[in-house]
Amino acid sequence: MSKVEPEVRDVEAGEPPRGGGPRRIPGLVPVAESRLTAEVGPRADLPGRIALQGPPALPVPTQDGGTGPVSAFLRMLGSELSLTFRRPRNLAMLAVLAVVPVILGVVLRLMGDDLADGPGGLIQQVTGNGFFLSFISLSALVPLLMPVAVAVVAADSVAGEASAGTLRYLLAAPAGRTRLLAVKYVNAVLFCLAVASAVSLAALVTGLILFPAGPVTLLSGVAIPLGDALLRMLIVIGYVTAGMAALAAVALALSTLTEAPIGAIAATVVLVISTQVLRVIPQLDVVQPYLLPNWWGDFDAVLRDPIAFDDLSSGLLAFGAYILLFGSLAWARFTSKDITS
Amino acid sequence: MSVTLEAGAPSGASPPAGDDAIVTEGLTKRFKGGQVAVDALDLAVPRGSVYGFLGPNGSGKTTTIRMLLGLVTPTSGSYSVVPLPRVGALVEGPAFYPYLSGEANLMRYDAADPTAPRRTARTRVAAALDRVGLSAAAAKRYRHYSLGMRQRLAIAAALLGPRELLILDEPTNGLDPQGTREVRSLVKEIAADGTTVFVSSHLLGEVEHMCTHAAIMRAGRLVAQGTIASLNGGRAPRVRVETPDGADAARVLRGLGLSAVAHDGHEVSADLGGHATERLNASLVEAGVAVRGLSVVRPSLEEVFVGLTGEGFDVEG
Repeated sequence: MSKVEPEVRDVEAGEPPRGGGPRRIPGLVPVAESRLTAEVGPRADLPGRIALQGPPALPVPTQDGGTGPVSAFLRMLGSELSLTFRRPRNLAMLAVLAVVPVILGVVLRLMGDDLADGPGGLIQQVTGNGFFLSFISLSALVPLLMPVAVAVVAADSVAGEASAGTLRYLLAAPAGRTRLLAVKYVNAVLFCLAVASAVSLAALVTGLILFPAGPVTLLSGVAIPLGDALLRMLIVIGYVTAGMAALAAVALALSTLTEAPIGAIAATVVLVISTQVLRVIPQLDVVQPYLLPNWWGDFDAVLRDPIAFDDLSSGLLAFGAYILLFGSLAWARFTSKDITS
Repeated sequence: MSVTLEAGAPSGASPPAGDDAIVTEGLTKRFKGGQVAVDALDLAVPRGSVYGFLGPNGSGKTTTIRMLLGLVTPTSGSYSVVPLPRVGALVEGPAFYPYLSGEANLMRYDAADPTAPRRTARTRVAAALDRVGLSAAAAKRYRHYSLGMRQRLAIAAALLGPRELLILDEPTNGLDPQGTREVRSLVKEIAADGTTVFVSSHLLGEVEHMCTHAAIMRAGRLVAQGTIASLNGGRAPRVRVETPDGADAARVLRGLGLSAVAHDGHEVSADLGGHATERLNASLVEAGVAVRGLSVVRPSLEEVFVGLTGEGFDVEG
């Protein structure tokens, strides 16, 4: 009775069956076919496919305008975003991060003269031009506080659903494992963007209210109009988001390993802190380029003239490598693991 | 995704086209550490049946359901099941987002189903809530739901779309008698619409009440499956007569054509066959047999189960 032959199996909804031909148990072909057809468009006409034999398939509402793969993905992403951006915990983290630049600005405004770090120093620059408050704020938040916020959201994303038991219902819906993971990651990246934008915007507004505005003098001494400087700020937001997105990939991979969200969050934060420590040990210079936080601070490349794109692109390359590596790990783990929570 | 295939030749025991909602062949799950949760399971769940999946806690019922839903990968064997978007499932109790309302929770699960049309989502959610009697609590946060309401919300989630198969894992767990009755009548209603219902339970009474078919699991193995009647082993209902005149009563019953008459002191029993008990009583009294008590004993699934497994079992009230 017990059969031990290896089995071939479609892991993902909508994926074509692996192992070549459409060998299926005949009794269930028609309905499965109707679902596949509904999900991935007209495939019933592929050669070798047993299309819609037997009793007529039940009608699946395809022409509803709401069930195409893209629109279904967006709908699920929308659901995910509304969970993330309505959750008080996440809003509180965004608020705290946005308040930091305001506090920094007020402190510099009140005590700037006492803190002055000499001509050309960053504080001097802030009091000279409010635009620089955003750089000071990001420099202060990027090493630790922003990563913590990102870790909380990204590391919670799969493990949190697992611990609540909602993961089994999402997958039975069936959300599809690859699809669910993609939604979770895109959601985390958008949260990274929200974090970077919230800090930058709060800093810009505070800086421009409390300090003089005007043409921005870059590190190389060249002055550019404020409008151009604001455009460069967009590059900064993009770069910081990419750096945080790389961390989100690491956090997501950790999140697929456990059913305890707090464990995944703590592991991510510990990882950030320990790599930050490794970075400042001079004897470990060789490993520096491989450490993620090493690249986070390079957004000040936009303060050079012309913009030091070389610095930015090597940072982006590192982020891309991290996203690819840990994204693959997360995928490999999540698509093969038994969901017993 | 629901169709699992063996790498070798197509299985010889393919189900007759369209007749089964679930078929498993040699389905086995061995967890890391060597524990065999499900061992060479061959299930056949006919379409339109209410199928009781019976077994003590820990006999592999939930692992089987998790395999059918694609949550757990079988170690070996194969299964085929209605495609998942057409399967509604309640697995190991309700699980929802506590800070969302009942309605928002259902919208969330609906959004996860790529085949569910967004346009009709609100209508379908409202209909599902109405069906389980939760319309009034739709806007209430799940956190504030009672246990019974949570269970009903989980059943509503299983009814969000058009379903061909409903998989209910211990649907009455933790419910009060009133809630249990509600769930049972809901299951009957759903089955009356032609939906196949696969319901796991450790309660024999529940399965006997609701189901047309049943399978009995023991320690990961299937020990019996079939219609409830066939599981009862064709054992006919018996009539039991309490009387001080045992010998006379036995003679009268034999004379009336009843078979398998057993005489044990003050108690006489026989297969009832097609006889009406009131007629038997009249004949007994007419023949001068003093009847103290007369009852019909129907064989229960419990006896079958105990016979098959020899294990202790939770028997419902």
